[in-house]
Amino acid sequence: MLIERYIYLAIALFCIGIVGVLARRNAIIIFMCIELMLNAVNLLLVAFSKMHYAAGVAKNATAGIDGQLFVFFIMVVAAAEVSVGLAIIVMMYRNTHSVDVNFLNRLKH
Amino acid sequence: MNNVLHLVWLVPFFPLVGFLITGLLRKQLSKPLISIIGSGMVLASFIVSVLLFTEVKNGNTYVANLFDFISFGTLSIPFAFQIDQLSSLFLLIITGIGFLIHLYSSAYMHEERNEHFGRFFSYLNLFVFSMLLLVLGANYVIMFIGWEGVGLCSYLLIGYWFKNVEYGNAAKKAFIMNRIGDLGFLIAIFWLIAKLGTVTYSTPEGTGVFDLFQKLTRTDLIGITLLLFVGATGKSAQIPLYTWLPDAMAGPTPVSALIHAATMVTAGIYMIARSNVLYTMAPYTQSVVAAVGLATALFAATIAIKQNDIKKVLAYSTVSQLGYMFLGLGVGAYTGAVFHVMTHAFFKALLFLGAGSVIHAMHHEQDIRKMGGLSKKLPITHATFLIGCIAIAGIPPFSGFFSKDEILAFAYAKDPLYYYLGVAGAAMTAFYMFRLYATTFRGTFRGTEEQKHHLHESPAAMTIPLVVLAILAAVGGFIGIPESIMPDAHKLEHFLEPIFAKSNEIQMAALPEHHTEINLMVISVALALGMIIFAWFRYSKKPELNEPAGFGKVLADKWYIDELYNFVVVKPLNGLARFMNSFFEKKVVDGMVNGVGRLVNYTSRQVRLLQSGLVGNYVLLMVLSMLALFIVKFFIKK
Amino acid sequence: MVPVLLIVIPLVSGLLGFLIKQEKSAKVWSLLTSIITMVVSILGIAVLHNPEYLQTDVAWLPDLGSRFSLSMDGMSKMLCLLTGIAYPGIFIATWNSTYKNAHQFYALMLLMQTGLMGVFVASDALLFYFFWELALIPAYFLCSIWGGERRVAVTFKFFIYTFVGSLLMLIAIIWVYFHTPDHSFAMSSFYKVNLAGNTQGWLFWLFFLAFAIKMPLFPFHTWQPDTYEQSPTAVTMVLSGIMVKMGVFGILRWLAPVVPVGLWGYGDPAATMCVIGMIYGSIVAMQQDDLKRFVAYSSIAHMGLMGLAIFVTSSIGIQGVMVQMFAHGINIIGLWIVVELIERQFHTRKMSELGGLAQKAPSLAIMLVVLSLANVSLPLTNAFIGEFMMFNGVFGSKASNYHYIFMVVGGISIILSAVYTLNMLQKVLFGNTSSLTANARDIKVNEKFVLAVLLIGIVVMGVYPKPMIEATRHAVDAIYSKMFVKLP
Repeated sequence: MLIERYIYLAIALFCIGIVGVLARRNAIIIFMCIELMLNAVNLLLVAFSKMHYAAGVAKNATAGIDGQLFVFFIMVVAAAEVSVGLAIIVMMYRNTHSVDVNFLNRLKH
Repeated sequence: MNNVLHLVWLVPFFPLVGFLITGLLRKQLSKPLISIIGSGMVLASFIVSVLLFTEVKNGNTYVANLFDFISFGTLSIPFAFQIDQLSSLFLLIITGIGFLIHLYSSAYMHEERNEHFGRFFSYLNLFVFSMLLLVLGANYVIMFIGWEGVGLCSYLLIGYWFKNVEYGNAAKKAFIMNRIGDLGFLIAIFWLIAKLGTVTYSTPEGTGVFDLFQKLTRTDLIGITLLLFVGATGKSAQIPLYTWLPDAMAGPTPVSALIHAATMVTAGIYMIARSNVLYTMAPYTQSVVAAVGLATALFAATIAIKQNDIKKVLAYSTVSQLGYMFLGLGVGAYTGAVFHVMTHAFFKALLFLGAGSVIHAMHHEQDIRKMGGLSKKLPITHATFLIGCIAIAGIPPFSGFFSKDEILAFAYAKDPLYYYLGVAGAAMTAFYMFRLYATTFRGTFRGTEEQKHHLHESPAAMTIPLVVLAILAAVGGFIGIPESIMPDAHKLEHFLEPIFAKSNEIQMAALPEHHTEINLMVISVALALGMIIFAWFRYSKKPELNEPAGFGKVLADKWYIDELYNFVVVKPLNGLARFMNSFFEKKVVDGMVNGVGRLVNYTSRQVRLLQSGLVGNYVLLMVLSMLALFIVKFFIKK
Repeated sequence: MVPVLLIVIPLVSGLLGFLIKQEKSAKVWSLLTSIITMVVSILGIAVLHNPEYLQTDVAWLPDLGSRFSLSMDGMSKMLCLLTGIAYPGIFIATWNSTYKNAHQFYALMLLMQTGLMGVFVASDALLFYFFWELALIPAYFLCSIWGGERRVAVTFKFFIYTFVGSLLMLIAIIWVYFHTPDHSFAMSSFYKVNLAGNTQGWLFWLFFLAFAIKMPLFPFHTWQPDTYEQSPTAVTMVLSGIMVKMGVFGILRWLAPVVPVGLWGYGDPAATMCVIGMIYGSIVAMQQDDLKRFVAYSSIAHMGLMGLAIFVTSSIGIQGVMVQMFAHGINIIGLWIVVELIERQFHTRKMSELGGLAQKAPSLAIMLVVLSLANVSLPLTNAFIGEFMMFNGVFGSKASNYHYIFMVVGGISIILSAVYTLNMLQKVLFGNTSSLTANARDIKVNEKFVLAVLLIGIVVMGVYPKPMIEATRHAVDAIYSKMFVKLP
């Protein structure tokens, strides 16, 4: 398998995520797009991890394992983020009856 | 033997005590007591001065080091008094005439309220103190202290009637004009310190200015002497700084007599006579001094011809006579200049006090057009005033003749042109003095009935000084009889010889041949006599009562010099100050400071716009920045 | 011992002063402590000559290389004496003024004294900076709480302006600190640093800005007239009598010895600014109608001369600065007292509304005349000694190429000072009375007493300046020698 294909896929996912974050105003969609970007990174990390394992297994039985470790960290952090973020969105909905992020600019005042 | 000379500090001490007592207790003491203390202190100084003078006459001199005034590193300026021929002579003039004028003032000022009377005497005493410091100082800094001190007292006394704004302005003008000269004096002192490291006149060890003067270069000498002369023009009212003196007549008349005729204004002559060595070494400066002196003598005399205020005539006459003294200094006739200081002190103090007596009798009327025919009502004043006029006109054997002709003789030897111009000035002097005399004392009375009714001779306290001064003005010249008339009779020259010894070594100012000198005297006396007779007859019969027209108006308006100064200096300075204060300070200097503040405010307002509060914007900004970082990192090669 | 006392007494008494709520007792309390401080400062200059009494050195911030070290040389002693004498004088002269929350006012005044004393005795750069700011903060509160109508804006400007200067100085201090051989803020280490010429050049300007703003020198003076005008007079007295001396002191203690090469290089431009300031201050003073602004501008002219005498690098000039710092402090406080007396009686400071005071209040008139004469540095007043020595130093300077020009142009300010001072006297004292002054009364006994003491001081110092010169001579020699020792 060529590593490039994973990279292209990850870039594609990441860009979709960015565009989603930039273009949409619905907080839940933005949230999902952020998750999408995180997962694009996860995908890349796993792919590179496999690549390094294949290249370095002769010398080191655990080569590339740290990439997969990072993935777990990211998943944990993402989960924590979801719980906090969703809570914020719920509170926001309660206050404004909307999940449009542009309403948040009233925080400025 | 020197015991008496140790008492030199007493001379200025008495007037200082007088100043403190009359000043601090002016409300508690009665008027007679104030005048006794004020005059008594000066009399005490006079007595000490006479003692000192007799000692100096025996050839003893002394420098009294009281304490260190300023000493730093190698520079040491002691508070020291020097008593020698020159200073002892000036002591006599100052304290002697000072006492007479104090006595006169006690009657002249008797209408003043008690505390103002005390204030007047304390100022007068302070003046005498400062003037004594000036002539007693053993170095230029002490002289400068007295120099500024007399300027201050002159300011206080001119503005003595402080309710009058005009008088206040005159006082201010006097002080500021003097300050301009003082700056020159001060720079000259610094120049001496920078080059010689000392300001002491001379020391037995030979470390004084007059011992080391050969270390000075030509430029130094010219610079220092010119700067000292700038100081002298301020104090002694020479062109271009003379305009304050006529205005200074705003002060009470005894003040004009003491400060603005007899003593303070001659400080410049004292200073140059004291520094005679430096001036002899700088012939260039000498010619400047002579030229300025002569120009002032003539210029002031032309103005005096058309003045109608009795004190103004005398003021311009003083300026003119001071010009003669500077002419004398400029041609190297140091003794002559000092001699003229002395005789001038006699007759000009006399004239001013006489004028004061007239003004007193006329109830503060100073315009001579409203006087006339006073000779019968004021016999003593009239007689003494006439003696003063003859003395100043230079008629032998009165004192003015000897001193003025000594100066003119030396001037002739230097350059005949000086002499001719000088004689022209002397003729003008005779003319305006007798114009003044005739208009005031001859003819018929032109004042109001009420004034006529009140006309009276002044009290004894005023006439005694007049008589004493008249005697001095009449016979004072005999101590300086020229060689050409009587050999070895010039006592003053012998007395002052040690002071001018060094100058005479370098270059002895020459006198013309004896017969030439006598011819010169005859010319000047004849001219003066002619002028006297002309003026006497003309103005006794038909005094000049109308406003002058044509050229006479230019003279009466003092050649518009005040207006010129006003236009060239005062107005631009005020304009500049107004511009600086209302525009430059607020808009430019402070504007820059506030501009910095405003710039910070503006920038922050602009930067604040980035914080729109829209999440989308923040994210976009974040993404763009990350992209930019990415591009910089990977695509921009170093 | 002495320097610690000078700092601690006002500090403790100031902090305690916050607790005294009664106005009368707060006044008495602060007057008493200020008198004690004065006695200590007199002891310091006159009695305790053993260096042990005059030095303190304990650990403060060892990790930074900064120690709590205080020491007093002649210059410190003299300025501490000035601070010590000025405070009781100010308190007595303003005894009749009332303030809202008076106890806070007096407490802050005392805290300011702590800062001032600290600045004058600190021999550690960081400590110096610390006290420098400590003196500023109470001043800020004093002006902005008890000041006039425009106090808030004016004080804001004053604070920011001087604070910017302080920060520049802090940068310079830290820079020098990193180049000291032993990484220390101690004054002795600072004096040993040998920096390259161009480094010294820009360090010079950093230090210069800080001190020039404080003094203030033209064109950094615009905070000053406003602040003097708006502050309560007691605070103005401290600001102009003592605090501006911090700038001069800073130049002599920190700028000149630490960056002498920079001073040689940029002395002439700096001196030019001073000369312009002398003339400029005098000319602007001619136009002032408000007495406080008048004194402020005349002070700018005088401070310009002090700066000039330092920047042309001459020892007699620096000696003159020493004398003048003290003299100027005394004279200007005297002037402020008179201004305060006039303002309290007539509720105006405008010369155009006054006039004829010499008739109604002769004692006040005499005091004002003598103080004005000291202001124009007439001989036999204390200011003459200082000005004479400073101008002498300027004229005889060997370091500056333009010293003759400086002398002549600066000398014009002597004439101008007479012009504006006499104008002021004329308007305030002479002429006829105005509607305001028609019923004026003369000054009270306590006011007369303070002013009389000042006048006697002015004359005594002017006639016999030797003790003052002797007391500071060694300090001058030390500073002057350091200005030359590091020439490459």
